[in-house]
Amino acid sequence: MKDTTGYLDMELLRFSTAGSVDDGKSTLIGRLLYDSKSIFEDQLQAVKDASKRLGGGEEVNLALLTDGLRAEREQGITIDVAYRYFATPKRKFIIADTPGHIEYTRNMVTGASTADVAIILIDARNGIIEQSKRHSYIASLLQIPNVVVAINKMDLVDFSEDVFNKIKAEYEEIAKVLKLKNVIFIPISARDGDNVVDASNKTPWYNGETLLHLLETLPVRKDETKLPARFPVQYVIRPHSDDFHDYRAYAGRISGGRFKVGDKVTILPSKTESIITAIDEGTKSLEVAFAPQSVSIRLADNVDISRGDIIVNESEQKPTVSANISLLVCWLNHRPLNEGGKYIIRHATEETRAIIKDVHFKVNINTLENILDDKTVKMNDIAHISIKTLKPLKYDSYSENRITGSLVIIDENTFETVGAGMIVHNLEDETFTI
Amino acid sequence: MSTYKLTHLKELESESIFIMREVAAQFEKPALLFSGGKDSIVMAYLAYKAFYPAAIPFPFVHIDTGHNFEETITYRDQLVKLLGAQLIIGSVEDSIAEGKAVEEKGFSASRNKLQTVTLLDTLDIHKFDAALGGARRDEEKARAKERFFSHRDEFGQWDPKNQRPELWNIFNGKKQVGEHFRVFPISNWTEMDVWQYILQENIPLPSLYYTHKREVFEREGIIYAALPEMPRRESEKIELKNVRCRTIGDITCTGLTLSSANSLEDIIGEIASSRITERGGRSDDKRSEAAMEDRKKAGYF
Repeated sequence: MKDTTGYLDMELLRFSTAGSVDDGKSTLIGRLLYDSKSIFEDQLQAVKDASKRLGGGEEVNLALLTDGLRAEREQGITIDVAYRYFATPKRKFIIADTPGHIEYTRNMVTGASTADVAIILIDARNGIIEQSKRHSYIASLLQIPNVVVAINKMDLVDFSEDVFNKIKAEYEEIAKVLKLKNVIFIPISARDGDNVVDASNKTPWYNGETLLHLLETLPVRKDETKLPARFPVQYVIRPHSDDFHDYRAYAGRISGGRFKVGDKVTILPSKTESIITAIDEGTKSLEVAFAPQSVSIRLADNVDISRGDIIVNESEQKPTVSANISLLVCWLNHRPLNEGGKYIIRHATEETRAIIKDVHFKVNINTLENILDDKTVKMNDIAHISIKTLKPLKYDSYSENRITGSLVIIDENTFETVGAGMIVHNLEDETFTI
Repeated sequence: MSTYKLTHLKELESESIFIMREVAAQFEKPALLFSGGKDSIVMAYLAYKAFYPAAIPFPFVHIDTGHNFEETITYRDQLVKLLGAQLIIGSVEDSIAEGKAVEEKGFSASRNKLQTVTLLDTLDIHKFDAALGGARRDEEKARAKERFFSHRDEFGQWDPKNQRPELWNIFNGKKQVGEHFRVFPISNWTEMDVWQYILQENIPLPSLYYTHKREVFEREGIIYAALPEMPRRESEKIELKNVRCRTIGDITCTGLTLSSANSLEDIIGEIASSRITERGGRSDDKRSEAAMEDRKKAGYF
């Protein structure tokens, strides 16, 4: 093979960026895409033409690469999450590029839900502003394992080490309050490329890595293969053919830990026990499979299993099975949450109905204070609520497992996805901040 | 001891198979839109893997403009047989004959836009409630904002400003009567990922993707096949060149690339050094800056 071997072995890293037009987010993304040769000439030409037409003169507006919808280009704002892709010889990257304004909290939450890394951009001239806190709160709420604080526009503060250190010290206080885990600071100039791809000679006082090198080397996931094994059953495969007469397998995506042939397993909610006799992946059979592989599992006994059930390892910590669930919710819809109202819940592969029992409090995500007197949960609000489901759910807390600890709330009439929920066992004990 | 790490191709495959199984579980009558292009070929193989050893639980639907390369049709029929799939064909020529679509005139006439009529009709006749497509978010900027599960109203239209938020790996396919979904399992794949996967899985492709000698002509910097389906101006001279397709659509909108690549490794090398996107050769996107967004809103793929 011609120099393709390395490429076939690459890992995938998903990161989110949040910000507005002014903080250089689009320039940074443009820089990463451009320097990794992920922008093609015809795309660049289209952007140049559009920049001119929209009155930007000869200067190329890289934001136009990411603002995909007509309304966004006309209004000069990012409305929705855009996914961008680039690769280096070491890794393939998926960027969830989200708008930074408070009106778009729901889009930031959406982008953050699958991210391994959050990049928080801070304008070196302005330091930490409300928006930086909001983005950090969302990174904490969605439990993004790594946070990179890119202190941008260093060229406009003469690459001052003092400015960098002052912002860093201030941010470390916030990180402590928010219980952010792995926080890394980098002084950059997205416009000129300092410390983005290549190390800058203007920041001799900075010994850390460049942003791209960091993205190439950060651990991809919070060791999800070490979690207790979880297999939400998605679909039952029964071929009904002569060649596979008695074949029956449970298809799904492993959402924590690993399974191997011979493992003793428990099926919830029935608590039936069995033994794994085979793990199939397409036409191949495997000895071991791990998160996030999509496989199908065959069992020794002919047990009654259907979509929504979960297969777990008999010897590991079991998920909680309960109909009374406490969660932090980000409201996504223009129709406010109806306390006492009924909704559809989707959790892993399960679907059921639920009543909203209580709204305990809302969070002011700019000041990080709890709001106790106003319990109307409107679009973009974050709140702590309790629900009671018709069928009990088999869940972990969100801080333990992002897949079995999350759910969405669906409106019974419009079928729109109206809420994103992160399950909490005991709010005080969780890594969450409120 | 293995380190429990997935390569990016394995992770993308796992995500796509998860989505295909969600479609089979959540919808009553899904279908897979098959064009004969490399993306839909990858989709067909992913569907085969997702349900093996059971048969693929949905038919393939081909919207045939009547302007297809012969190789595409031969390949399609072989693949359907190989994977044991069922094939349904929606014909743009029938839509024209029935007066539902009107043929464009002039040298740049294409049936590309007319496909939308036939597509919506075919979905309607067979009462399909989900159509799986091989579109990728890296292809075009309007597609970069589309969901995996993309809701369509009863007119088959896409409302980009009112899309359902999609979080974690939870997909909401609930809909009102008459509405349907378009589902894009390979949203997160890039052109390079598709080629790498074809190489890794050793998937046979239509010969059009490899270099071949062909009579071609040039129009506005794009090389087209000189075939009867493609009207030509007198000034547009026919030349014999070594070309291949980077994407395959209908003859009237498929630009060809000058190339001597005759293996997957060659193609990957060529794409790695290419400075033009694959849709750069698609005249259907050149009509205006928001050409794709407008077609998608109307119900296009």
